[in-house]
Amino acid sequence: MAHQEDIALMAHLMRRAGFGAGRDELEARVAKGYEATVEELLHPETQPPVDIYTLLRYQPAALLPGGQPPMGNVNYMYYLVNTKRPLEEKVTLFWHHVFATGNSKVDNYDQLLEQIALFREKGMGNYRDLLVAIARNPTMIFWLDNNENHGTAVNENWGRELLELFSMGVGNYTEKDVRDASRAFTGWTFETKIPRLPFGRFPWKFEYRAEDHDDGEKEFLGRRGRLNGEDIINTIVEQPACARFVSRHLYNFFVADEPQVPAWSIDAPRDPKAIDTLATAFRDSQYDIRSVLRVLFNSSFFKNARFQHMKSPAEVVVGSLRLVGGSELPRPGYGELSMQPSYMGQDLLNPPSVEGWHTGPEWINSGSLMARINFVAELVGDPSLPGVRSIIDRLKAKGTLSPEQLVDGCLDLLGPVEVGTDTRRELIDQAKEWGPMSWDSEVKARTADKRTAEMLQLIVATREYQFA
Amino acid sequence: MAATQKDPVIVVLQLSGGNDYLNTVIPFNDPLYRDNRPAVGLPDDQILHFDKTYGFNPAMAPLKKVWDEGKLAVLHGVGYANSPRSHFRSMDIWHTCEPDKVGTEGWLGRVAREYDPNKENVVTVVSFGPSLFRALSVPGVPVACVAGPLEKYGFLPTIQERAQRLNVLDRFARMYAPAVGSGVMEYLGTTGLDSLKGADILKVAPQRYASTVKYPETQIARKLRGIAQVHLADLGSRIFYCDHGSFDTHAGQNPGHGALWSAVTEGLDAFMTDLREHDHADNVIVLLFSEFGRRVHDNGSGTDHGAAGPVFVLGEKVKGGHYGEYPSLKAEKLVQGDLNPSMDFRSVYSTILEKWLKLDPKPIVGGTFEQPAFLN
Repeated sequence: MAHQEDIALMAHLMRRAGFGAGRDELEARVAKGYEATVEELLHPETQPPVDIYTLLRYQPAALLPGGQPPMGNVNYMYYLVNTKRPLEEKVTLFWHHVFATGNSKVDNYDQLLEQIALFREKGMGNYRDLLVAIARNPTMIFWLDNNENHGTAVNENWGRELLELFSMGVGNYTEKDVRDASRAFTGWTFETKIPRLPFGRFPWKFEYRAEDHDDGEKEFLGRRGRLNGEDIINTIVEQPACARFVSRHLYNFFVADEPQVPAWSIDAPRDPKAIDTLATAFRDSQYDIRSVLRVLFNSSFFKNARFQHMKSPAEVVVGSLRLVGGSELPRPGYGELSMQPSYMGQDLLNPPSVEGWHTGPEWINSGSLMARINFVAELVGDPSLPGVRSIIDRLKAKGTLSPEQLVDGCLDLLGPVEVGTDTRRELIDQAKEWGPMSWDSEVKARTADKRTAEMLQLIVATREYQFA
Repeated sequence: MAATQKDPVIVVLQLSGGNDYLNTVIPFNDPLYRDNRPAVGLPDDQILHFDKTYGFNPAMAPLKKVWDEGKLAVLHGVGYANSPRSHFRSMDIWHTCEPDKVGTEGWLGRVAREYDPNKENVVTVVSFGPSLFRALSVPGVPVACVAGPLEKYGFLPTIQERAQRLNVLDRFARMYAPAVGSGVMEYLGTTGLDSLKGADILKVAPQRYASTVKYPETQIARKLRGIAQVHLADLGSRIFYCDHGSFDTHAGQNPGHGALWSAVTEGLDAFMTDLREHDHADNVIVLLFSEFGRRVHDNGSGTDHGAAGPVFVLGEKVKGGHYGEYPSLKAEKLVQGDLNPSMDFRSVYSTILEKWLKLDPKPIVGGTFEQPAFLN
């Protein structure tokens, strides 16, 4: 049997680099080793991709959902719940947080899913290449109006957000830099859209229109010349501010909660050394994201950051669904399931603005806390779900359980979850009201199933469980 | 302090994304308006002229009605120095009254703390939106955030046996009580307990509600209807918050900008009618603001991020009229192409705080500001 500390560390890695894992998977990964697991996660191509055809057999509309609200989310949720490449999907979600693009304006889930696929494909590659790809992504171009950015009439939306939110943060450039960066991206647009009727939607395609490009002299962060978009991106990645900014994004998402992005120009990082380490890794590897993630997951600052991160609604929903099982196949109700994160404040494929979602404690308010707890409690309270069944079976195998054993067993198998002494005492007091638990007879087993499920519900309702 | 039925109430409607001043309150006589708006300028015969100088966006007819009744204050050129032109930073500044550093306390959260220092009423502040707006956020101040229908507001509804559910909820309350660990744990604790209490209180609001007013089928109208339900239930709520957007009209500004204003003004019309029908309108004002205005010269299809914008305050007790000065559109008066603010946003807050909410504005907005006299 694997050592408890190894299980706890592996559970931490899988919560952060993926969406958690049940006990069987954790034990198998511990047997394989921590660093070997990190390598496997960093190389998703070694694992089979999601079988999208199973989804399409049941939900054909999820292939090209167009404007249908839940179907885009069904497609995305299916990947999240079923992936055998957890880090690939987690990194994709990370870039969706950063390059936040939303259906409120795009009004086209086909295009949003195409952008998600771009993150899946390039999310662990080179950051400079990713920036170029996103600058050429028609969904992003439309979202930030670069199709309205003309040589004769500059539109600053993309130019500003590229600098402010995607690469460097405020304080590292002037209004003139915003202007000239925007000018450099004039002419980066997409082909005229084919009308939707009568044949349905057609994919959007990038197009560079030289005649609409302002080819004049520009100055951007000290670099002069007749700069074009790629020159701007090349100049950005030369800035020390860029490596630090992207590192802080990674730290906030994968390691521990930072303040919201607008505060970064003012508040220092909580662990400046960690940001230095990541930024150095970025520069040493010429911005290879995979190399930085390797440094991150193997670092002691990562390993020591257990439960320092408030779960996002996507992490709550996907993590719970993967833990309890049973949602692998598409089924009626998948639409409702895929909208669950939005009830907790994270409407996937539709962030509130280009800034993305406010994370950390800002996920929590009275309404969202209720939505999280109620959703997870409903799942873990259902002993017919395979993951819940497996937790109960493992407990059952231990024979008759004292209140302490029931509480500690449930805490262990749900994580391991670490709770404070006061919380543990309350849980034990609750279990004491029920007395010792056993599955000796059919009657006792029915009660024990029910009470164990209620204990699991109470645990997922704790404050501690809101962290990953 | 327990609120009585006629205590003053404020409703904030946040126009997220940066509302375009020039196409909201249109200076139709100014030739510079036409010069600067070749693409998104509104034709004169569509503008809702409300005096000799200014007109509303054609989509704002319900608001013009409020103006005609003398119950709409139009505050001009509102903003602050050195506008960062970033949505997020700008919104933070409006929420926290801290233009120079990152503030942690929201101005309305401070109001709530003054009103209910001992947290006797967890529904003093009720917010309708997906997240907790920073304007409301002060450590220890409860805010009831309603994302869905009020009827569904409650914990662990799936535990079937009533006695067992109450037992578990009781345990839940005890687990959330002790202030252990970091500030975040404490925050989670109070949020959990407050929402447990809030759920019990708020669930009566939709039960008590009956109205002949039909609200439009828009998101903002649904939020305003929720606010009306809680306000009409007399639960002692003093601060309501909701938002609508996105007003970030870089491209395709017409007709998008108009559609946003139709939704907002038609929703408000239904809301105020509902309140009047129930004789609950006299003690309510509504504040509408956006984080910044937009660039004076359009970009061929929309407008980019700017600086000064308009603020509206409306209500039965509001003294309608213009307050402050519309900033000059002359090129030499612009700041980086944007309207130069002529009124600090904290001035607007100060009037509301002193004249309406009856509080000393100074500690809440962090200084003394001139108070435009739109309230008696």
